[in-house]
Amino acid sequence: MSITIDQVAHVAKLAKLAFDEKDQEKMTRELGAILTYVDKLGELDTTGVEPMSHTSEVTNVMREDRVGTSLPREVALKNAPDAQDGYFKVPKVIK
Amino acid sequence: MSHLETALERRRKYLAGEFTLRDTVDRYLETIEKNRHLNAFVRVNAEGARAHAAEIDARRAAGKPLGPLAGVVVALKDNICQKGQIVSCASKILANFESPYDATVVEKIQAADGVVIGQTNMDEFAMGSSTENSAFGPALNPVNPEYVSGGSSGGSAVAVAAGMADISLGSDTGGSIRQPASFCGVVGLKPTYGRVSRYGLVAFASSLDQIGPFGRSVADTALMLSVISGEDPGDSTCVPAAVPDYVAGLDSDVAKLRIGLPEECFGEGLDPEVKDAINAVLDKLRADGHETVPVHLRMTDYAIATYYIIATAEASSNLARYDGVRYGVRSPRADALEDMYLHTRSEGFGAEVKRRIMLGTYVLSAGYYDAYYKKAQQVRRLIRREYDKAFESVDILLTPTTPTPAFRLGEKADDPLQMYLSDIYTVTVNLAGTCALSMPCGTSSSGMPIGLQLIGQPFKESELLAMAHKVEGML
Repeated sequence: MSITIDQVAHVAKLAKLAFDEKDQEKMTRELGAILTYVDKLGELDTTGVEPMSHTSEVTNVMREDRVGTSLPREVALKNAPDAQDGYFKVPKVIK
Repeated sequence: MSHLETALERRRKYLAGEFTLRDTVDRYLETIEKNRHLNAFVRVNAEGARAHAAEIDARRAAGKPLGPLAGVVVALKDNICQKGQIVSCASKILANFESPYDATVVEKIQAADGVVIGQTNMDEFAMGSSTENSAFGPALNPVNPEYVSGGSSGGSAVAVAAGMADISLGSDTGGSIRQPASFCGVVGLKPTYGRVSRYGLVAFASSLDQIGPFGRSVADTALMLSVISGEDPGDSTCVPAAVPDYVAGLDSDVAKLRIGLPEECFGEGLDPEVKDAINAVLDKLRADGHETVPVHLRMTDYAIATYYIIATAEASSNLARYDGVRYGVRSPRADALEDMYLHTRSEGFGAEVKRRIMLGTYVLSAGYYDAYYKKAQQVRRLIRREYDKAFESVDILLTPTTPTPAFRLGEKADDPLQMYLSDIYTVTVNLAGTCALSMPCGTSSSGMPIGLQLIGQPFKESELLAMAHKVEGML
């Protein structure tokens, strides 16, 4: 399956990425080539095969519900690009 | 293999008092400096390593007990968190991220008296097969710097190959430990999914990622695996299975094994020199009484397609966290929230990371989920079934690690699909969730190392390592 430049623009919006026109064309070509390649999976009959999301045999790992230690607030905020009064700070939401 | 001492030899000499760790650290820092052009390290922690080394020296002098890694210098891939250190995943977007905690493997290494010397170069967010996608520029192959080191854990392979550390850690999502080990002529082990805690490993594709060691001998990777394995409350996918002494297990006599040779890994696309090197090993194994059996992994042809759907889908989700809010580099061009997300991510991520986020977002998007993501998960189960079936009739599988030896810098940089195909023999191991290692088995006419891959049954690292140890002795 190929992909159109409009679809790439839509996916970019979902992924919160911005591309200029040239990069968008390049991305359309590259994704198109990869998608054409992965289309080969269509050759396989997978009717009735249960999808496998992981290989781990561990299920329902339980532990006691006990209060433990967590990162102190100042440590958690240390890497924040902007913070104020103990909170992460972001630019205004509405322009 | 290497003319350099192994970690186990270093450890023995250290315990015998032949050198101080403090001097060793200085010597390794000099080697790192001398090999700066190889770009193996993105950061060294000279002060921290010297202090830790001096502390261990003092304990040795006082006759106090020492851990299993005493005397050993360790390097970490730049996606494994060490408290107080910058951990950037070789990405601009995390250029200023200082980890507030230690990964479980780092805690275990330090508790075992391993000295961490620094962080190694990698493809950005572990996405790549050549380390050319690093924001710091490529790590070069120490055998010939015109060639790539492999990836994504290229720097960790170079560090061990060139004697800048005794053992290093990498992460392997589709071959990112085994492929650079093969390209640089060292041993690289990808443990079974769930054997080693991923707590503190920056996530790329969570159902495939696994931390593992590089060493200059099979025994060195066994030593490190014994230290880093085991259950962890911080990673519930990590299994509670007991951790054997993998080093002690090496000397256990390997019974005559049935070695499966997947025909799909010996056909079209395999470099004749690689094939010859592998065949030479097979002859020796047969002469030693082992049986080689042709088997089929028919899904190999579909492995890359399956992998790139699953890995990119998981990556698009995992990398959504880089939004410029809680950590990392925020774009200064942001005067409103939505623009801040867009600019931060578009300026912070490199081309390959963006390509994979886009592909992953697409295959998960409404209308395409069943056709791509669900389909790939179904094929993944078929891949696992093939492995289970193969292991009903053989003890272990043997393949080349990669179709060709290391390629030249830039050779595949403009063709993502060609780059992806260099992982063809390694990715199914991650999809099936089992263990495998790459070890050197020869040299090409251009002088580049050739790697052999042994694939073991889930959680049978002991058998895998014992077999590899035996092969190592034959070469």
